[in-house]
Amino acid sequence: MPPRSASKPSKKRSNPDSVTSSATGPVPSAYSKKKASKEVDETDKLFDKYANASSGVIDPEGIEKLCSSLEVPHTDIRILMLAWRMKAERQGYFTKGEWRIGLKALKVDTIGKLKKALPELEKEVREPLNFRDFYAYAFQYCLTEDKQKFLDTETICQLLDMVLGSTFRAQVDYLIDYLKIQKDYKVISMDQWRGFCRFCNEISFPDMTNYNLELAWPSILDDFFEWLREKQA
Amino acid sequence: MSFSQNREPITIEDGFKLIDAAVTKLTRIIEGKPEPPFLPEEYIGNYTIVYNMCIQKPPHDSSGPLYEKYGAILQAYDKLTILPSIMEKHDEYMLREVSRWWEINKIMVRWLSHFFYYLDRYYIARNGIPSLTVVGMTCFRDHVYEKVHFNVKQVVIALIHKEREGQQIDRALLKNVLDLFVQNGMGNMERYEKDFEDFFLTETNSYYSRKASSWIQEDSCPEYMIKAEESLKKEKERVSHYLHSDTEPKLVANVQTNLLVSVAKQLLEKENSGCSALLRDDKTDDLSRMYRLYHAIPQGLEPVAVAFRLHVTAEGNSLIKQAEDAATSGIVEEQVLVRKIIDLHDKYMAYVTDCFQNHTLFHKSLKEAFEIFCNKKVAGSSSAEMLATFCDNVFKKAANDKSNDDSTIESTIDNVVKLLDYISDKDLFAEFYRKKLARRLLFGKFSDDHERSILTKLKGQFGGQFTSQMEGMGTDMQLGKDQQTGFEEYLKNANTGKPKGVDFTVTVLTTGFWPSYKTSDLNLPLEMVNCIESFKAYYEIKTKHRRLMWIYSLGNCNLTARFDAKPIELIVSTYQAAVLCAFNHTERLTYQELIDQLNLSHEDLVRVLHSLSCAKYKFLKKDPASKTISKTDSFEFNSKFTDKMRRIKVPLPPVDDRKKVVEDVDKDRRYAIDASLVRIMKSRKVLPHQQLVSECVEQLSRMFKPDIKMIKKRIEDLITRDYLERDTENPNTFKYVA
Repeated sequence: MPPRSASKPSKKRSNPDSVTSSATGPVPSAYSKKKASKEVDETDKLFDKYANASSGVIDPEGIEKLCSSLEVPHTDIRILMLAWRMKAERQGYFTKGEWRIGLKALKVDTIGKLKKALPELEKEVREPLNFRDFYAYAFQYCLTEDKQKFLDTETICQLLDMVLGSTFRAQVDYLIDYLKIQKDYKVISMDQWRGFCRFCNEISFPDMTNYNLELAWPSILDDFFEWLREKQA
Repeated sequence: MSFSQNREPITIEDGFKLIDAAVTKLTRIIEGKPEPPFLPEEYIGNYTIVYNMCIQKPPHDSSGPLYEKYGAILQAYDKLTILPSIMEKHDEYMLREVSRWWEINKIMVRWLSHFFYYLDRYYIARNGIPSLTVVGMTCFRDHVYEKVHFNVKQVVIALIHKEREGQQIDRALLKNVLDLFVQNGMGNMERYEKDFEDFFLTETNSYYSRKASSWIQEDSCPEYMIKAEESLKKEKERVSHYLHSDTEPKLVANVQTNLLVSVAKQLLEKENSGCSALLRDDKTDDLSRMYRLYHAIPQGLEPVAVAFRLHVTAEGNSLIKQAEDAATSGIVEEQVLVRKIIDLHDKYMAYVTDCFQNHTLFHKSLKEAFEIFCNKKVAGSSSAEMLATFCDNVFKKAANDKSNDDSTIESTIDNVVKLLDYISDKDLFAEFYRKKLARRLLFGKFSDDHERSILTKLKGQFGGQFTSQMEGMGTDMQLGKDQQTGFEEYLKNANTGKPKGVDFTVTVLTTGFWPSYKTSDLNLPLEMVNCIESFKAYYEIKTKHRRLMWIYSLGNCNLTARFDAKPIELIVSTYQAAVLCAFNHTERLTYQELIDQLNLSHEDLVRVLHSLSCAKYKFLKKDPASKTISKTDSFEFNSKFTDKMRRIKVPLPPVDDRKKVVEDVDKDRRYAIDASLVRIMKSRKVLPHQQLVSECVEQLSRMFKPDIKMIKKRIEDLITRDYLERDTENPNTFKYVA
């Protein structure tokens, strides 16, 4: 998870774009209610192991503990994916409800099972439709203030690396270089963020021959394109 | 005529003998040989022979053989008499022979047809076979025309060539001969076209192609054009004299292509005599000729219009460059430049209306040319600013110097409006104009008529929205007069009298009409404070719900300064007055003390002190007496000052707010772009990016040319503000978010 300490609880935002995780977990039915309630117990117990006793939620410290249990670095993308699965609203915190949703969706109730479920989770997230959703979620998740709409470029660089780095290494490296050098943009909007992903997916790299300045690419990508072209010349 | 029924039928042998005899006589007559003409009885007799032979009862009805005989006679005549005669001759003589025998043949056919007429009436009609005349013509065509037309054509073309080269030829002869070609087509123009016209046009083509090549090398553009015009005229005459009228359009097109179209570029671009030079040197006749010649050719005017545009652009660009070069220390002589551009416009518009017959193509070229150089910056000043400054100067001068007659001012105004049309940053012009208008209205004298006139014209050309603020400013000034009267009434009636005996005039400006001004917390001298307070009281009574914001930077003041020598009236700005009044109570003040006392910004105070102590008139003594103001200076009232004038106006140079104007306009543009984008999306609901951008540009083009990058950024901003969103399927299309 990107290292950011949230100072204020973030209120729930209603967004025009759909950032919902498509939960494909088991639907509780009357038949399996008994089984389900057993699971919930286990899940809750697991939750309590990491939660902060006084606040009743898993806080950043708890998450760090969770990560070491899972043997996953806490800046790893899989934690973010887990947060997505849980539909976690606040960066650095998991509520009990979110925990329940996430673990139920993954059909796990122990740390061991959770750890084993991570590769599966990653595969699921990387499916194109899910990934789009996840990608936008990643941005949203980092917004800490109410009505905040932008993330600073520093955070964006880290996020890019984490979310797209493994698939689009070259693009991400150049994008990060550019973001660090340029002076025009101090913050990035959701639209621009989404643009980055589209760019990586659609534009052949590093030649960028199919990039068209006349289309509706966000201006920052136009500037990036021109900057890179100049560099390549 | 009588005949008896029981006559002996005429045998074919006998009949033919009689006919032959008649034919021989006939040929002798029509060939001009000495032979007595046919007597009426003979004429009738010939007819009767045929008639009788036709109505005879079988087996002696001889219509068929007679018909054959008719054809045979003519054929023999063509082959044995006509053709050999023609073949003997050459050149023009041959033409004459042809012409002669053609006439003879016509007569022959006519006469014979009369003799054999009865066949036409019954035998031919009943059997649907060619009439006698047709047979006759066909015979000639097949046995004479077909054999000679090639050579005839050669001779004709050779003669035409001679005539083109200046020699006289027998035009009537040619007319006859060519008429022959036409007639031998027997109802259509094929023979004429295939046997003559095609060759003629090919020959014409190479003739004029050669001429064009040599003339274009040797002649100047005007000379060439005169020759081209002459050639066209001559060719048209040729048609009227002997060519068939059908040939005219083909011939004209041929000549035009060779003389004008294929050499257009070379001709128009000729060094020292081409289009450019003619325009420069006022050669209206030559230009009119150029127009005439090229107008007749489809799309022929385009290269001329291009040459025109390039020339005007070059002229305009050189004016701009001159101004750039002449600009000393970054100050442009806009009066000079704008005048020159106006003159340029008048000059070339005259060409468009006169030489180029007001053709839309040339209006367009002129517009395009002006749009190119009228939008160039000169030494950092945009054309919008220069034009506004130009207007300002014209109006200031006109207000001061009443001798300027109105019609020149009016025509200058018209010119300004015309030029503004070419400038793309019209909103920038409006802003500069507004700022300067404000100063004119508040500080100087202004002529109400002139100010109104230009606003009316601007409104007419660019719409009410363009001028609404400026008109509002004018109205404020009008209302201000009434208001002042009201205020003075109030002062009288309220028995407060003039505050401390100070005459005080207030102009209330409606925010929004006027440019934005900074307020300052100037500490006014006490006398002025009283004035302000009394007006406030009055205004409160008059209007509720309005807040007054005092702009002291725009005020001015008449002070009487009691110098040792004599008192002098000073006309200064309020700021200057405040500084001077500070010395009413103290002899000497330091810069710091002045700042503290007056609460002016450093920038303002420096300006004011400079104008009072370092400029032309030194009302204050500065210590040290350097040329610039520094924060450690101190100042003293210069009681020793004097001047021959009793009234001195001390202008406070206005702050150069060009940067602010540009910033303000940029900000307004961002709002305008936003509003336009939202308006478009609201009505269209869904729109692809490129269309949205182009519609936005279109909508705003009346006021300015929006930067595409800025539009893109505004779109992104609107996305972030949830006015628009990208379509999930196609991110290049936007949807309106209700």
